[in-house]
Amino acid sequence: MVTTPATLLVSDFRGNPRRMRKERFMRGLLFAAAALSIVISALIVWTLFTEAWTFLSGLIDEAGIGALIDGGKAPGWYPRNSRFDIPTIVYGTLIVSMVSIVVAAPLGLGAAVYLSEYASPRARRVLKPILEVLAGIPSVVFGFFALRVLGPDLIKPLFDTTQNTSLLVTGVAIGVLVTPLMASISEDALRSVPASLREASTGLGARKSTTVVKVVLPAAVSGIIAALLISVSRAIGETMIAALASGRLGQSPRTTDPRDPGLPMTSAMAQLAVGSDQVVGSTLAFQSLFFVGALLFLMTLALNMVAGRVVRKFRNAY
Amino acid sequence: MAITAAITTSTSKSVRAALTDSKRDVRGYLFAGVLLLCLLTALLVLTVLMWDVVASAIPVFQKRSTGFLTNDLASSPDKAGVSQGIWGSLVIAGFVIVLAFPIGIFAGVYLEEYAKSNRLTRFIELNIRNLAGVPSVVYGILGLVVFVQGLTWFTGGRSVIAAGITLAILVLPIIIITTAESVRAVPAGLREAGFGVGATQWEVTRDHVLPYAAPGILTGTMLAVARALGEAAPLLLIGAITGRLASLPGESIVDQLQGKFTAMPIVIYGWANEVNKPGKITGLTFEDLNAAAIVVLLAMVLLLNGAAILLRNRFEKRRQG
Repeated sequence: MVTTPATLLVSDFRGNPRRMRKERFMRGLLFAAAALSIVISALIVWTLFTEAWTFLSGLIDEAGIGALIDGGKAPGWYPRNSRFDIPTIVYGTLIVSMVSIVVAAPLGLGAAVYLSEYASPRARRVLKPILEVLAGIPSVVFGFFALRVLGPDLIKPLFDTTQNTSLLVTGVAIGVLVTPLMASISEDALRSVPASLREASTGLGARKSTTVVKVVLPAAVSGIIAALLISVSRAIGETMIAALASGRLGQSPRTTDPRDPGLPMTSAMAQLAVGSDQVVGSTLAFQSLFFVGALLFLMTLALNMVAGRVVRKFRNAY
Repeated sequence: MAITAAITTSTSKSVRAALTDSKRDVRGYLFAGVLLLCLLTALLVLTVLMWDVVASAIPVFQKRSTGFLTNDLASSPDKAGVSQGIWGSLVIAGFVIVLAFPIGIFAGVYLEEYAKSNRLTRFIELNIRNLAGVPSVVYGILGLVVFVQGLTWFTGGRSVIAAGITLAILVLPIIIITTAESVRAVPAGLREAGFGVGATQWEVTRDHVLPYAAPGILTGTMLAVARALGEAAPLLLIGAITGRLASLPGESIVDQLQGKFTAMPIVIYGWANEVNKPGKITGLTFEDLNAAAIVVLLAMVLLLNGAAILLRNRFEKRRQG
C-alpha cells in the first residue's frame, strides 16, 4: 500500500502570516509617506489662496480693487497706505529675471557644452565640482557678496549706477546663482544625445565645432529650453539676493531701467515679513504678503509645468 | 596625354593638401576656448567670493578668537557672536534628519518599488516635481500659516520647531527624487534573486535594494541638509530674529525650542543690514563679522556638499570598475 502524501492546501502557499502582516504594514507606511506630498501641496495651495482671498476681500472693503493697479500720479508699492501697485513689483521681478537669464544662459550653456563635448573624463572630474560647489553656496551669501563686491566694484563703475544696490546687481547675482542649475540641466540634455549622431557628423567631415552647433545642440534643444524655463522660475523665486541687493524701493514706481533700485516681488515679501513682528496677520498690509506669494507661486508653477511639457512634447525618440 | 597627367597630378596634389594640410582649425579652438571661459568665469566668481570672505574673516577670528563663536547676538560688533545662529541651524538640521530623511526615503522607495504605474502614481510624481520647483519663500508662507499661527500649542509660535518642520518639508522633494533615482539604478537581478528564494517585497527592499542604493541616497540626504542649512527666506517669514536675542539663563530645552530663535543665514541677513560702524574696542565692523559668519556657514554647508560629491564620485567609480 502506497502512503498517500498529505494533501497540500492553498493555505500552505500563503506564507507566514506574521511576515505577510509586516509586508502589508510596510506597504501602507511607504504609501502614506508618498501620499504626504499631496497633503503638502494641498496645504500650500489652500493656505496661499484662502489668505490671498482674505486680502482681496479686505482690500475691496477698504480701498477698492483699484489699489492693485494704483493709477495715482506716482503709482508705487506702499502697503502701509493700502496702495498695492502690482505692476511695480512685477516689473521688478521681470527685470531681475531677464538680467539673470542673460547672465546664466550663456555661462551655463557654455559650461555644459564644454563639460559634455570637450572635457576629457579627467578634466571633467576637476571642473564639474566648481559648478557643484557654486551650487552649494547659500543665496544669502551671494546677497552679501552682491552688496559688498558686485555692486560697488563691478556694476557701479561699469554701468554708472547711482548706488550700490540696483535691479541690475540683483539680476547679475541671481544669474551667477542659477548658472549651475542651467549648466546641470543642459548637460544632462546634451549627454543624452546619442553618440551615433556625433559619429555620423564627424564621418561626413564636419569639424567638432560644427558638429556641436549643427547636430548636438539642435538634438538637445528641448532639454535646453526646459533648462532656461526652470532657471527663470528659480530666478523669479529667489528671495535673499533680492531682499539684500535690489534697493528695496517700492517708491520708484514701475521702473523699467535695470540700473535703478527697485522692488522685486520676493523682496517685497521679505520686507513685509521682517517689518511685521507686531502685527501678525492682522492688517491689510501684512495680508498682501499672501497675495504676492500666491502670484509668485502661480508664475513659477506655470513655468515649471511648461518646462515639463516642452521636455515631453519635443523629446526626440532616438 | 601630358595634359591629363598634369591635371591628375595637380588634382591629387590639391586633394592631398586639402586632406592632410595641418592648417589649424582656429575657429574650432576659439569656440572651445569661449566655452571653457564660461566655466572659468564661474571659477573666478567662486574664487573672488571665497577670497574676499576669508580675507575679511581672518582679523575677526584673530581679535575675537572663540568669543565670536560663543557669544550671543548683540548690538555692538565688539560683543556680537554667532552661538545662537549655530544652535538654531543645528536644531533645524536635526529636524530635517528626523523628519525628512525617513519620510523622503520611504516615499522614494514606494514610488520605485511598490507603486503600480497608474494615474495616482503619475499624479504623485508630477506633484513631487512641482513641489521641488516651489520657491522657498512660499514654503515660508506655509510655515507661517500652518505651524506658527495654526499649531501654536505645539510649536510655540515663531520658534525653531516651526522653522525645522518647514525646512524639513522644503527639502522633502529633493530626498524623494534622489532616493527614487538611486533605487531605480539597482539592477533588477538583485531583486529577482530575492523574490526567487521567497522573500517578501519589503524583505527584498530592506536587505537588497536599500543597501545597494545607500550611497546614492546618502548623497541626496547630505545635499538636502546643506540646502536646509543655507535657506533663509522661509525663516524670515517664520520670524527668525535678526536683531538682538537675549538667551535667558536656566531655560528648559522645551522653552528654548518653542521660544524666539535665529539661524546662521538669518544672522548674516541681519548683519548685512546693520550700520557699518567699527566697534570701539576691536575696530571691527558688522561687515567684518558677517564675513566671519559666512565662513562658519560655508564651512558647515560646503563640508556636507564636498562629502556628498566625494561619496558620489567613489560610488560611480566602483560601479564602473
